[in-house]
Amino acid sequence: MNVKSNEARCTSCHAGYGWKGKDFDFADQTRVDCLVCHEQTGTYKKFPAGAGNPVKEPEVFKGNNKKYLPPEWNKVAQSVGRPTRKNCGTCHFFGGGGDGVKHGDLDSSLIKPNKTLDVHMGMDGQNFDCIRCHSTTLHNIAGRVYTTPASEHRKSLIEDDLASKITCESCHSNTPHKQDAKANDHTDKVACQSCHIPTFARVNPTKMWWDWSTAGKKKNGKPYAEKGEFGKPIYDTKKGNFVWAKNVVPEYYWFNGSIKHLTVNDTIDPSKPVKINRPVGDKDDPNSRIFPFKVHRGNQPYDKVNKNLVIPQLFPKGKDDQTAYWKKYDWNKAIAFGMAYAGLKYSGEYDFVKTEYVFPTTHMVAPKDKVVACTECHARSDGRLTKLTGFYMPGRDASKVIDFAGWGVVLACLVGVMIHALGRIFTRRNGRKED
Amino acid sequence: MAVNNNLKNIYLYTRYERFWHWLQTVSIILLLITGFELKGMYTLFGFRTAVEVHSFVGNTWLIAFLFFAFWIFTTGEWRQYIPTTKKMLLVVRYYVYGIFRGEPHPVPKRKDAKHNPLQRIVYLILAAILLPFQMITGLLYWGYNSWPQWGLSGLSLTVVALLHTAGAFAILSFVIVHIYMITTGHSILAHTRAMISGWEEVEDMEAVEDWEIKTKAA
Repeated sequence: MNVKSNEARCTSCHAGYGWKGKDFDFADQTRVDCLVCHEQTGTYKKFPAGAGNPVKEPEVFKGNNKKYLPPEWNKVAQSVGRPTRKNCGTCHFFGGGGDGVKHGDLDSSLIKPNKTLDVHMGMDGQNFDCIRCHSTTLHNIAGRVYTTPASEHRKSLIEDDLASKITCESCHSNTPHKQDAKANDHTDKVACQSCHIPTFARVNPTKMWWDWSTAGKKKNGKPYAEKGEFGKPIYDTKKGNFVWAKNVVPEYYWFNGSIKHLTVNDTIDPSKPVKINRPVGDKDDPNSRIFPFKVHRGNQPYDKVNKNLVIPQLFPKGKDDQTAYWKKYDWNKAIAFGMAYAGLKYSGEYDFVKTEYVFPTTHMVAPKDKVVACTECHARSDGRLTKLTGFYMPGRDASKVIDFAGWGVVLACLVGVMIHALGRIFTRRNGRKED
Repeated sequence: MAVNNNLKNIYLYTRYERFWHWLQTVSIILLLITGFELKGMYTLFGFRTAVEVHSFVGNTWLIAFLFFAFWIFTTGEWRQYIPTTKKMLLVVRYYVYGIFRGEPHPVPKRKDAKHNPLQRIVYLILAAILLPFQMITGLLYWGYNSWPQWGLSGLSLTVVALLHTAGAFAILSFVIVHIYMITTGHSILAHTRAMISGWEEVEDMEAVEDWEIKTKAA
C-alpha cells in the first residue's frame, strides 16, 4: 500500500498539496498548505479526494456521504493563529483514512482530552497543545524523524535551555522520580513511555488488524460495509476485514529512536510475518531503551514470484478507470497498474502475506497513579517484557539449576531436622530432666 | 541422668553480642522474605516495598557488619572461631547418636569457648565466607546502575544475581538447621533464653563424665 497511484486521496495529508499529476515536485517546500495548520474557524475542510484542496462548489464525497462546502476565504484567512490540537489532529489523528486507524496514541479523543487520558494535554490540567512539546524553529517542528532519532542527547532544558522540548527528559530530566527512588535507576534502559503509558486507545478504539485479502466481497452484487463493536467498520468491500481494540497493552522493543522501513524493492520472506518497519535498537546499545509500540498487523498483497510487496492502485482516476481496485475489485489489474505507474516490475502473480507495522507510543501519558506496576514486567511469566530476552531481569529470570539445587538443599535440611526431632521425641531423652 | 544435676549459670553472651545476634535475626528474616518475593515466588509486601525494604535492610546490615568486624577483632573474640578438629567427631557422634541416649554434650559451653568444634567451623564459614559473600553480591546487585562508575562494566548481572540467589538458599538452609539446633539445649528454649538474657545454664565442668576427660587428656 503506497501513496503512489493514489495521490489524489493520500495527498490530503501526505506531502503533495495541490498534486495534479506525475510531474508534481514533492520536494517543493512551497507546496505546503498554510491554512490547515493555522486557521482557527474550524470551517476549512479539505475534500478527501482533492489532493489537499477544498471544494470550489458544494460537493458530496461518496466515501462518507458528507457534503463539503467551499470555505469562506475571508473568515478563514483572517482567523490564522497558533496551531491548536485540532489543527494538528486534522491529519495526525486520522491517518490511514480514519480516526485512530494508524496511531494508537493519537486520535480525536485528544482534541478535548481530560487529565486521565493525557496528563499534559488534559483540559482539566496543564492543557498542553501539541506545539508545547513539538516546539518549532522557523517551521521546523521538533518531532520524530523516520530515519534518525528526534533527539540523541536527551538533554534537559536545565542542561541546555535551547534544547528541543521533544523528549520527556527535556523537562523532567533523567532522574524525574523522588530522590533514591528505584524508578530513577530504570531510565537508562526503560523509556518513560513504557511505564507511563499503560495502555493506548483508552477512549477511542484503534485499528489493530487489516485483512486486505477478504476485500472485494459483495452483497446482492454491490459493495457493502459492516459495522461492529465500537461502531467501527469491521468489513468494507474496498478494504477487507478490520479488528479494532481499546485499552491496548503495547508491545515492547529496544529502540534508539530510529525506525527502519522496508520498501517495495526489498525481498521478503513470505513464510513469516513481514516487518514493514521495525524499531532499531539493541539491549547492548547505551542509546536504546525499552519502548512501547502499537503493532498494527495486516494481510496484504505481494508479488508471489519476485517476493516483494506491491503498490496496488486503489483510488480510481476518473469515471472510466478500468484498473483501480476500488472500482473493479481486481487485485491483479490494480497491482499491475500501480507497479507500472511506480516504474517497478510485477510478475503478474500475487498472494497475501501477513505484515507488521510498528507505531511508537508516546502520547496518552497517564497520571502517575495509573502507571504500569512493577510486577507487570517483573513477573515470572506472562509479563509485559516476557518476549525481550537476553538480559537478566529481577523477578522474571532465574536459573533452573540453582533453584532446583537450592530448594533441594533447603528441603533436605527441613527433612533432616524433622527426622532428628522425631528421633528425640521418640527416645524422650535428650538430656532433659526426667520426671 | 547425672549430667543435669550439676547445672551452673554462666554469663555467656555480652549485651553487644546479643544485640548483634537479634539484629542479624531480624535482618536475615526480612531479607529472606523480601528477597524471595522479589524472586517472584509470592506477593507479600508488594514488589516496590519489597525492593525498598530489601535495599534498606541490606545496606543497614552491611554497615552493622563492619562494626561487628571491628568488635570481633578488638575484643579478640575472633579466636572463638578458630576451627579445630579436636572433639569434632565426638560432637558429630553426639548429634547422631548420644543425643537420643540422653548423653551429655561432649563440649559444654564456657565463657572462653562458646562454640563447640562443629559450631566453630560452621560459624567461621558463615561469618567469614557466606555472609560477606551475600553482602558483596548484594551490594553489587544494589549498585548495578553505578557499575560503569565503579569500573565494573564487565560484570554480568546474571552472574551476580544468580550468585546472590544461591547464597540466599545457603542462608535459608542455615536458618532452618540453626532454629532446630537451638532446641537441643537441656530444655527446648534454654539456648534461646541465653541469647536473650546472656545467661546460660551449662553443665559444671566437675560433672563431665570420665570418658570425656580421658579423651581430653589423650
